[in-house]
Amino acid sequence: MFATAAAAILVALALAVTRAIKGPTVFDRVLAGNSVGTLAIMLLAVVGFLTGRPEFLDIGLTYGLLNLIGTLAVLKFFRHGDLAYDVDEEARS
Amino acid sequence: MVLLTLLAVVTVAIVRQRSLFGVVILAGIYSFLMASVLIVLDAVDVAMTEASVGAGVSTVILLATLHLIKTTEMRSVRRHVLPLFVSAVTGAVLVWGTLVLPPFGTADAVIHKHVVPRYIADTIKETNVPNVVTAVLADYRGYDTLGETTVIFTAGIGVMLLLRGARRRGRTDREKVSP
Repeated sequence: MFATAAAAILVALALAVTRAIKGPTVFDRVLAGNSVGTLAIMLLAVVGFLTGRPEFLDIGLTYGLLNLIGTLAVLKFFRHGDLAYDVDEEARS
Repeated sequence: MVLLTLLAVVTVAIVRQRSLFGVVILAGIYSFLMASVLIVLDAVDVAMTEASVGAGVSTVILLATLHLIKTTEMRSVRRHVLPLFVSAVTGAVLVWGTLVLPPFGTADAVIHKHVVPRYIADTIKETNVPNVVTAVLADYRGYDTLGETTVIFTAGIGVMLLLRGARRRGRTDREKVSP
């Protein structure tokens, strides 16, 4: 069962990577990057169960946090064109 | 195998991509794929580092850099045949070198014979650290780790000094332009 799940995740990874490479707009790429991160987490969990070491789940949680940071940074870059965006600075100028 | 193929595909895409923003995203994807490969190879700690540094921190840093420069790569003026040749030869030599390595995961490979038995047998007695990998990193290779942290510390100081100078200059430039 886990092997089937792993195979399915690999297929999904391939699809996401295709979208990231072809992706006509930037947002396709961002979304594809995010889903590759999520799929990596799932692959990690499935491989953990496949090899009988479910402790991998903790590492999966950390990946989730990292993925969030990456996506947040990208989106913030788009919204403000700057990572160190400061609302007060905008108000003052 | 599938993962490695995807890695190769992503690498080629990174090289061919002209929009630097796409390159940043693809580099993040590359890191996640690489981390998955490392997990499949059972090197969970390395995978952890790869994911945190590659996908987390360097995405942010690359985006911050992208803010300062133009977002499309210029076309190269001439074709780079020699670097391609050099890297192909280096890769070929490395692959040739792996041919004489013992198969992956063999217990009686040479690197598992030298100091590893002593680490496994005496770590708890000598260092009182329950995790052998941690004991090797922080205890047996303590000076090595100290050197590494010194290097990173120095690099950090250098970058901070450079950035401080650059920021001060950037401020004055902007003030000159804006009125």
